[in-house]
Amino acid sequence: MTPELVVPVDRADDIVVAREAGRDLARRLGFSLTDVTMIATAISEVTRNITSYAEKGEVRFYVEIRKRRSVLVVEAADQGPGIEHIERALEDGYSTSGGLGLGLPGARRLMDEFEIRSDDGVGTTVVMRKWAPLDA
Amino acid sequence: MPIPILKQGSFLIATIQSAMSDSDAQQLQVELMEQVSRVRATGIVVDVTALNVMDSFAGRTLRTIAHMTRLRGADTIIAGIQPEVAFAMVQLGLTFEDIHTALDLEEGLAYLNRRTASGAADDA
Repeated sequence: MTPELVVPVDRADDIVVAREAGRDLARRLGFSLTDVTMIATAISEVTRNITSYAEKGEVRFYVEIRKRRSVLVVEAADQGPGIEHIERALEDGYSTSGGLGLGLPGARRLMDEFEIRSDDGVGTTVVMRKWAPLDA
Repeated sequence: MPIPILKQGSFLIATIQSAMSDSDAQQLQVELMEQVSRVRATGIVVDVTALNVMDSFAGRTLRTIAHMTRLRGADTIIAGIQPEVAFAMVQLGLTFEDIHTALDLEEGLAYLNRRTASGAADDA
């Protein structure tokens, strides 16, 4: 599938670029302001994971149609060292970078679907989905 | 984009723009600490009305600002968190339990004025 949009990420300022791009796309798909804000916040968190742990990566946006509804798909991918303890990384308060440890578990709560693929030496890909409202 | 800081009496008002980057947030922290000392401010309002995302980094930075300036004798109020931003913050798990918040800039300034008037001694 071809992404709707790709935002390259290699410095902290790209976090704002990625979340604003996601915000625009979500608004176009008919998400409410609350949903749009939750999506933008989740994008901010997963994009910061790229700049904190991998330095370089990209955020890819897709739109899927499932059950006649639009689904916004956000893929944050890097070729960094990978996450050693995915289970722990999904716990509140766990951080290896001195952060609050809310990023990944928080992003998971903000979205409808959330998965992480991470392999030593290959990198990490976070895939998050949010279903647009039926009437959108 | 640097965050403008205005002085009003013994208070400082920092107005955050819609897209606050991590470096903007960190710069705000440094500048507020510097200005609190320089102008001998007793209160700070950080107006986040325009801010459309409060993520964990922004939240942590604002919390740090509140704690650091408190140690320098100034109260920090976070004013104007938008309803949808508040909703997302709760889902994210970001709490401002130990930070003063206000509905908007006006309420934030009113709070600081009340504290100054009462000498702040009874609110330890």
